[in-house]
Amino acid sequence: MPAQTTNWRSAGDFFSKYGIYFAFVILAGTLAIWKPSFRTLGNIDDIFQQVSVNGILAIGMTLVIITAGIDLSVGSVLALSAVVATSFAKANDQGVPYHPLIMPLALGVLTGLACGAVNGVLIAKRRLAPFIVTLGMMTVARGLALVYSQGRPEISLSDAYDAIGEGLAGPGGIVLATVLAGIFILHFTRFGRYVYAVGGNELAAKVSGVNTDRVLIGVYAIAGALAGVAGIVESSRVTSGSPSAGGGYELNAIAAVVIGGTSLNGGIGTMGGTIVGVLIIGVMNNGLDLLQVSSYWQQVVKGAIIVCAVLLDRKSRS
Amino acid sequence: MAAQRSTDEFLLKMEGISKAFSGVPALHEVRLEVRKGEVHALMGENGAGKSTLMRILSGIVQRDRGNIELGGRSVEIKSPREALDLGIAMIHQELNPVRAMTAAENIFLGKEPCYPFTGVVNRKKQREMTLKLFRDMDVTINPDKKMAELSLAEMQLVEIVKAVSCQSRIIIMDEPTSAITGREVARLFEIIRGLKTRGIAIIYISHKMDEIFQISDTITVLRDGRYIETRPAKELDHDTLVKLMVGRKISDMFPKRTVAPQSEVIFEVDHLTRRGLFENISFKVKKGEVFGVAGLMGAGRSEVMETVFGLRPADAGAVRVHGRDVRIKSPADSIRHRIAFITEDRQLKGLNLKATVRENITLVNLKNFSLFGQLLQFKKENAVVDSEIEKLRIKTRHRNQIVRTLSGGNQQKVVLAKWLITEPEIIILDEPTRGIDIGAKAEIYKIIAQLAEQGATIIMISSEMEEILGMCDRVIVLYHGKITAEFAREAFNQENIIKAAMGTWSAN
Repeated sequence: MPAQTTNWRSAGDFFSKYGIYFAFVILAGTLAIWKPSFRTLGNIDDIFQQVSVNGILAIGMTLVIITAGIDLSVGSVLALSAVVATSFAKANDQGVPYHPLIMPLALGVLTGLACGAVNGVLIAKRRLAPFIVTLGMMTVARGLALVYSQGRPEISLSDAYDAIGEGLAGPGGIVLATVLAGIFILHFTRFGRYVYAVGGNELAAKVSGVNTDRVLIGVYAIAGALAGVAGIVESSRVTSGSPSAGGGYELNAIAAVVIGGTSLNGGIGTMGGTIVGVLIIGVMNNGLDLLQVSSYWQQVVKGAIIVCAVLLDRKSRS
Repeated sequence: MAAQRSTDEFLLKMEGISKAFSGVPALHEVRLEVRKGEVHALMGENGAGKSTLMRILSGIVQRDRGNIELGGRSVEIKSPREALDLGIAMIHQELNPVRAMTAAENIFLGKEPCYPFTGVVNRKKQREMTLKLFRDMDVTINPDKKMAELSLAEMQLVEIVKAVSCQSRIIIMDEPTSAITGREVARLFEIIRGLKTRGIAIIYISHKMDEIFQISDTITVLRDGRYIETRPAKELDHDTLVKLMVGRKISDMFPKRTVAPQSEVIFEVDHLTRRGLFENISFKVKKGEVFGVAGLMGAGRSEVMETVFGLRPADAGAVRVHGRDVRIKSPADSIRHRIAFITEDRQLKGLNLKATVRENITLVNLKNFSLFGQLLQFKKENAVVDSEIEKLRIKTRHRNQIVRTLSGGNQQKVVLAKWLITEPEIIILDEPTRGIDIGAKAEIYKIIAQLAEQGATIIMISSEMEEILGMCDRVIVLYHGKITAEFAREAFNQENIIKAAMGTWSAN
């Protein structure tokens, strides 16, 4: 049996694989030294709270992008799931819920799952471009959220529902579970291997007997269901289900995935990279806040960092 | 003075041209000398380096070493644009015009005649110039017709007119007759003779021997990326040319099998038809037999096998395995019936180039490495992959090397490995040795022979005559989607197979 060796051709090889992790350590380390307020428990809790929704969305987005697709609808699907879930999470004046807690949770996730499955079927079976299909779904889901809620946020939710998004434990636990599930699915299951196969060369996967349609429908359904989970977390954090929630969240999720080293051409990427990508965006936002950089400039910096990350990634690969 | 004369004489001199692709040499010290106004045939087997040499000449790839002289002047050709500016045009086998534009617009693409100072195209003038070009070359095509409405032969003529309109001195034609018929070929040859009288040199690549002797003045032969010889066509005959191209006895290359095919029919295709592609394809293959499918490119060979394997639907016909009708609607169905399909284009259909050797090898059979159908068993996977790497002698640094970085021959072995671990009974190979070097070829032939000896049923599509002659027990020949002949090994005859592939063979 040959020895289990890792042959790094050069430092560049090593850097292209783990550079993003170093970047994160350097970023967090610099902030921790520079701004002592950064390393307080309260601040770290804040960061995790802020990245939780983007983290959940980015897990699903990673699967989609590795198949060489894109999902622009997750922000809107988040809003639709949120209004559906919260409409079953209302409580009377005494805070007693009308429905058991399982109802809003299940319906929120199922709503997202259904939207994602529709995306997947149109992309896999009708061979439509993911960009177009999910752009359509982005508008349809937003519209349905407005129709369903009649344009008004759902408020006066049950205490049990509100508790989901409270403290680090609530969203933290959900995010942790999602992250572990994401790593497991992508790196330890046959389905995950097929996700890479479809993104790397769909035709070759088909010839190899992979049911590529099922894989594609699967990843979009997972991305949708996770948008549903994110909708529950978001609405419970702000204690209201708003039809205008999640605007632009799809772009944050895509940014995290891309910073994490996943190729928009498909076939290449890791869950670990995405998680670091999410953390980098979160820490950067937090750090710029602590450094009292104006929110206008923050956008400029964020955009520039996304483009630089991709440029560096391309350079180290070629 | 003699030296002086020889440089004047040649329009193009390529000398000492070498090129390697990711370490695999494709050309070694090749030379090519073309005179003004001649048709110069470039001959060689697939993988001999013809297309690489032409891609260097037309600026698509860059040479590693060597010298190119055009009209006695040393030149650098860094892009297709620069090649065109130097008067070198290439007519590719697969034409790629802008289909939504007219013939005239395609000819003047990028050099449209404009009204002065405006940049607005003078359509009237463009049309007149096109008509004049057509008249000069005796072409009768309506310049206002969209390219999409023209036949392949007409598109080709438009491409040639376009090349002439660029003041080309050298026109490279890569398999120009692969998709056109007898009358159109005659028409093309007339045009080529017309070009010669204008002093334009034609570099002509074709596998069709009769055409070569009909049209060419000089023949240069390449083999395994090396220059072999240049001779006037008149001094060569068919057999000598083949010997120059092949250069070795076929028996050196192909292993002798000690086990004869058995009588049991394992695989049967019965009147398989797909309208527009092929019709009434029937054949039976026995256990331990190597069954060849010959024919020209575009004869429908790959399409038949892709249909058999479930990648394309059939209109009629049946497929039988062990005498029982099987319904194959997808590759997964075929894999269940223990059929393997090593596809023609490994980069396009065979491999995920972005993934590792390990991930590619286990893709077909991944279920066997998954607990409860999903949970990957890495230890088991690694063990099988390592043993395949050793068995097939795949040259890879380790199992997690990205497949893109392997040489063509090793990539092809990865494709073989991924199918062999499914322990297939029926193995379909489509051009199994295309574009790989001689050493790897011999190894692959050995593997195929071993599989047959172990009782596998092998169906091999090949365009390489010697491969068919050297490997197969029986061969069918396809022409325009129909079986035109079947030969048993005892009756193998290169000439008859070629005739059948061109639709001109009859048993009498």
